[in-house]
Amino acid sequence: MSAYLSINNIEVIYDHVILVLKGVSLQVPQGKIVALLGANGAGKSTTLKAISNLLRAERGDVTKGDIQFKGERIDQRTPNDLVKGGVIQVMEGRHCFAHLTIEENLLTGAYTRPISRGELKASLDKVYEFFPRLKQRRSSQAGYTSGGEQQMCAIGRALMANPEMILLDEPSMGLAPQIVEEIFEIVKDLNQREKVSFLLAEQNTMVALRYADFGYILENGRVVMEGQAADLRSNEDVKEFYLGLSSGERKSFREVKHYRRRKRWLA
Amino acid sequence: MQFFLEVLIGGLLSGVMYSLVALGFVLIFKASGVFNFAQGAMVYFAALSLVGVMGKGAPLWLAFILAFGIMTILGIATEKFVLRKMVNQAPISLFMATIGLAFFIEGLAPLLWGNDVRALEIGLVDEPIPYLLDSFNIVVSSFDLTAAGLALALVAGLALFFQFTRVGRALRAVADDHQAALSIGIPLQHIWALVWAVAGFVALVAGMLWGSRNGVQFALTFTALKALPVLILGGFTSVPGAIVGGLIIGASEKLAEIYIPPVMQSMFGGNFGGIEGWFPYVMALLFLLVRPEGLFGEKHIDRV
Repeated sequence: MSAYLSINNIEVIYDHVILVLKGVSLQVPQGKIVALLGANGAGKSTTLKAISNLLRAERGDVTKGDIQFKGERIDQRTPNDLVKGGVIQVMEGRHCFAHLTIEENLLTGAYTRPISRGELKASLDKVYEFFPRLKQRRSSQAGYTSGGEQQMCAIGRALMANPEMILLDEPSMGLAPQIVEEIFEIVKDLNQREKVSFLLAEQNTMVALRYADFGYILENGRVVMEGQAADLRSNEDVKEFYLGLSSGERKSFREVKHYRRRKRWLA
Repeated sequence: MQFFLEVLIGGLLSGVMYSLVALGFVLIFKASGVFNFAQGAMVYFAALSLVGVMGKGAPLWLAFILAFGIMTILGIATEKFVLRKMVNQAPISLFMATIGLAFFIEGLAPLLWGNDVRALEIGLVDEPIPYLLDSFNIVVSSFDLTAAGLALALVAGLALFFQFTRVGRALRAVADDHQAALSIGIPLQHIWALVWAVAGFVALVAGMLWGSRNGVQFALTFTALKALPVLILGGFTSVPGAIVGGLIIGASEKLAEIYIPPVMQSMFGGNFGGIEGWFPYVMALLFLLVRPEGLFGEKHIDRV
């Protein structure tokens, strides 16, 4: 198995009661961008948090299956351990430290790395190179920057940990299409120049499939479809249910029903 | 005029002592969003440990280090047995937990060291400073001045630590957003244990100074109550706020004690003593109406 990050048949239960993931398996190959798509409540964030082990703090638990990174099981590691090991999550909704300046936010990202002042400065400069906008706002409190800048700050902060794999949760949330495009361009850039692999949870299927190499579609805690991003983009079902494109002519109610039936069968 | 200055300086210096206690609250509140009701108990515990170890024959410096060790263990234990179980709980639950902790520590301290009132001798004398007395005819206690100096040094050190070090930054980050801090690999447990240990250190210095002035006794736990108006004035999240708040409270309560009773007496007759006791709380109350986040408190940043 050449997969870099692989999730094998995991089940996640919140609060000992609520079953959210019902056997999800997926792989992220090294140096690729993999998109995890699906509607609200499909389990995208939960999957990411299962990997980064932020679930524990939300009273969630991986009860079955295992998660491996570079051939080692990581499902019992603490987030601190995982970040040191190169896996870091950028949380949904940015979560910048509002009262810290942008630069301080970035610096906290390097907390787990025992590095010299010079190396720290070099890392900081690299982040500023990818996000020139952050450099302009370096001394303003993160809470007062725009949504796009906060998203950049959150990604930049994760970069400071020098990760090999970033779990990026909903980067497009609440952002203007132009900014979304800008952020995805940077993600692509990071992927190509810094060789960072990405697992990307997104609702914005259209954008995500344009930038990703591979995609998984989650529905009700199960993977219902997977494939090369290009294939998914041209798949009739995906077009219909996720991209809002239909084949042209109007549909009767019966045909809609037909699709519903087909979808349930898939799931 | 001389008398006014004397009262003012005395008030300011005693205010620094309040700041010291308030500082312990600020540290823990900043880093974990917990209002630590047990801070007063910690001051008592620290002072009692210090006296207890000295009673066994240790010199002051050694006793201080040992007492700090004890406070560190207490801090780590608090994190391990109380806070860790309560991650992601409502602030009010955490607050209740610290009330429980306060009772526990108040019971534990006399259990370990006995509950007699003890004198604590730290080699500072409470005498007027000769230079000021001779040239300006103002009485300023050398004890107060030294204590204030110590407190200020401690505060300055902490402020620098928070602002410019890696761990200090992480502390502020944790204060802002636990989850985000966790997600970038900051180990919350270490940070919290550290903060409680530092709060223990502050409690120790406060306990030492208050204890050597008033004797080490259970009443030390009430010093924490005087820290409340200081916090409300200065802001719960600000180290400089604790200082400025302490100075304002200290100076104003002493001035009020001296200058308000004569006025009241001439207006209403009768006796008006003990204004010092309640004046800070009234100030805090008024302040809450005008500026609820305190002078230096962090404004809640809300973007709509």
